[in-house]
Amino acid sequence: MFEAGIATSRRSFLKVTALAGGGLTLAASFPMAARAVAGEAAATAELNAFVTINPDNTITIVGKNPEIGQGIKTMLPMLIAEELDADWDQVRIVQGDSNAAKYGPQLAGGSFATPMNWIPMRQTGAAARAMLLAAAAQRWGVPAGELSTEPSVVVHASSGRRATYGELASDAAHVAVPDPASIQLKDGADFRIIGRAIGGIDSPKIVRGEGIFGVDTQLPGMVYAAYERSRVFGARLVSADIEAAKAAPGVINAFTVEGNGNAAELVDGVAIIASNWWLANKARERLNPQWDTGEWAGHSSAKYDADARALMAAGQPQEEFASKGDVDAALASATQVIEGEYSYPFLAHVAMEPMNCTALMREDGVMEMWAPTQIPQGGQASVAAYLGVPQDKVLVHITRMGGGFGRRLNNDYMMQVAAIARRMPGTPVQLIWSREDDVRTDYYRPAGWHKLRAGLDADGKIIGIEDHFVTFDINGGAFNPAAMPADEFPARYVSNVRYAQTKMRTAVPMGALRAPTSNAVAFVFQSFLDEVAHASGRDLPTLLLDIVEGAEPEPSTMGFTGPSAGFDPRRLRAVTRKVMEMANWGQPVAEGRALGFGYYYSHQGYFAEVVEASLTDRNQVAVHNVWCAGDVGAHIINPHGAMNQVEGSIIDGIGQALQLAVEIEGGAAKQSNFNNYQLPRMPMTPVIHAEFVLSDNSPTGLGEPALPPVIPALTNALFALTGKRVRNLPIDTSLFT
Amino acid sequence: MAYTVTINGETREIDAPEDMPLLWVLRQELGMVGTKFGCGIGMCGACTVHVDGQATRSCSLPIGSVGDRQITTIEHLSQSPVGQALQQAWLDEDVMQCGYCQSGQLMSATALLNRNPNPSETEINSAMQGNICRCACYTRISRAIAQVAAEGTANV
Repeated sequence: MFEAGIATSRRSFLKVTALAGGGLTLAASFPMAARAVAGEAAATAELNAFVTINPDNTITIVGKNPEIGQGIKTMLPMLIAEELDADWDQVRIVQGDSNAAKYGPQLAGGSFATPMNWIPMRQTGAAARAMLLAAAAQRWGVPAGELSTEPSVVVHASSGRRATYGELASDAAHVAVPDPASIQLKDGADFRIIGRAIGGIDSPKIVRGEGIFGVDTQLPGMVYAAYERSRVFGARLVSADIEAAKAAPGVINAFTVEGNGNAAELVDGVAIIASNWWLANKARERLNPQWDTGEWAGHSSAKYDADARALMAAGQPQEEFASKGDVDAALASATQVIEGEYSYPFLAHVAMEPMNCTALMREDGVMEMWAPTQIPQGGQASVAAYLGVPQDKVLVHITRMGGGFGRRLNNDYMMQVAAIARRMPGTPVQLIWSREDDVRTDYYRPAGWHKLRAGLDADGKIIGIEDHFVTFDINGGAFNPAAMPADEFPARYVSNVRYAQTKMRTAVPMGALRAPTSNAVAFVFQSFLDEVAHASGRDLPTLLLDIVEGAEPEPSTMGFTGPSAGFDPRRLRAVTRKVMEMANWGQPVAEGRALGFGYYYSHQGYFAEVVEASLTDRNQVAVHNVWCAGDVGAHIINPHGAMNQVEGSIIDGIGQALQLAVEIEGGAAKQSNFNNYQLPRMPMTPVIHAEFVLSDNSPTGLGEPALPPVIPALTNALFALTGKRVRNLPIDTSLFT
Repeated sequence: MAYTVTINGETREIDAPEDMPLLWVLRQELGMVGTKFGCGIGMCGACTVHVDGQATRSCSLPIGSVGDRQITTIEHLSQSPVGQALQQAWLDEDVMQCGYCQSGQLMSATALLNRNPNPSETEINSAMQGNICRCACYTRISRAIAQVAAEGTANV
């Protein structure tokens, strides 16, 4: 049974309270499996409240997780409503505030929401339904076992009696709370809501232009702030002409803010507060800030690249992080040794809604915040520590976000506005970053370099593989986006492996970008394996199928248990074969075009993709078609949101491959806005043919895993087209001339 | 400086420096936050409004140069048959992920269909390429526009 997934070890308990209006509030608590993400230890919950049934038969369901466009505010309530057997048209969804004790983990990251909540959210709905059945059984004097439900109605079929959930709610509030683990969840075949394509719950408001994003927050008497900080990373503020800024039109106040010593939270800067953000931002021109940049102004992408190439040439890695067998002997005995150096650049996130946050230092000592953040509980904790107050003195309202992509896993803007608002008690302050602030002061996808060698025997089998990975020391943090997995494919299936790394020093801030690590390493390894495949007279999908031939499922390296956890080569095979069939792999393609294949397993999702590309007469890459087969388990909870994530991920990856890079010059980011950091636009959109391969596994997330394989699929297509191997991103088309 | 401008058919009195972009007048002087800030340099289209029916980047239009031209924003879009049809098509296609750029997308799409009721795919691409969708919902945006064009709402 696929329900025996990651959630079975979680105990849950429930509590009800009668509402003043006669309704029922169901609260559930989930001591979630601990899972550290981006430095945040998962919280242990004590009491949660998700379901309120109102006397008018409407149902209010709390969406607990931050909505960044991944559709979670619609999807998690679908899980509750399914087992509650709610009439979806009568469901109202509200966003929960940041509250670990009440809601458990609230996080938009790692594609974790689906696997973490698949069972607990359904149990919450199922327990509420059981209480409504018990209330009806009492009222009618019949056994609960004779009752059934239709959407939002309890039915006693033999007597023809019916009662709506609203009619039963106040009685149900007095029913003993069932142990949710004891309640039978629905069989998948009986789902009425899971599997239905349901539009985004906030979409009607969005098309009307209603202000529902963080930056749309409006409070009486609110003022606006801009924050000037050094463009050179790691710099300290020496001086700034505060008085000149204060004299600018519309400026209310200006002052310096001292960093807290943690570049992931608060760096030195100058706050300018005005009646209109445009005026505050304009006044920055008068500041003439002086910064102590120390050694860091000498750092550049060119330096990092030269240093990394020299380190790879020297071949003395600092540390081995995966080692088995005898790689040197294997390579020495190999019939063929394939070698390749790969690199990829820093990338920015550029969510469409620039970083912002609104804060009010209230007279009762509470810092009230309206925060577009992917990790609100982390922001709450950071701000509380900074202010030196208990966490319950920081109230965080989670707003809808105009994109996240991992950028909002760092809460530096929350810290900045808290530092400003504490100086202006009683006045709401909205901090907004310019797009230049956003591009220049990101937590970038780390750049990286890999020198790979693989030895093949006479049959083309890989008998040894090594990687010297040159990366950066990012100074701590539970989640390190500049690391790669020790079991990076195909390590499990090769007898002699050595993965080693060397870390370079930098002050460039780094963080998680959608499919962190995978978005870079997939390109490196799937391109290199394409080289291996060509060298051994096969194509890449055939090589992958050969590598895992006869292999059985492996346990998880991430603490997940159950059939959906770990690595399952059967799922690799299924998506690979599926996409080969979809793309007519191996058949002739249109003149001047070629196909490339890429596969990757990340965030518990298995994706195989085929790209059809050509070169224009101006030597530009054109992507015509992308075929995608993905396996994320037994159910696609909301096909609308799911397919949207797949399509977006594919285009995102193509943009990264073709035209995105942040270059460091003089210790600062050279790129600044959409004129020099050029996101994909409509004309370059390929036709995307995506299908899900359903498998007998608990559902997992879709925010990320469709992205990584499209990059090597594109570069492998360009190899098939031109015979030129792309080893550095973004793709330099002069390679093809 | 004091200005009198017409926004969504209403006369509004504004006191702002002449070089303040219309975007910031709308959002923070008038509290009309449907029009979005994306880049500030006219490169992303999130701030698109109509000026005398033309799709215009409000982040790059100083309030002092608006004059007596008619400004229309997303808040007023449903007053036009084409705008209303596009809003519905956006929901039917479930176009959006984060949704932040969509008011600008809708304003550009409406201006397109108002001047060209039956655009080809190339014409849609051309008219919409100034609007970035970071979530890359381009396939759906294009399909929603084509759907409204096929219904012929813009020809009525």
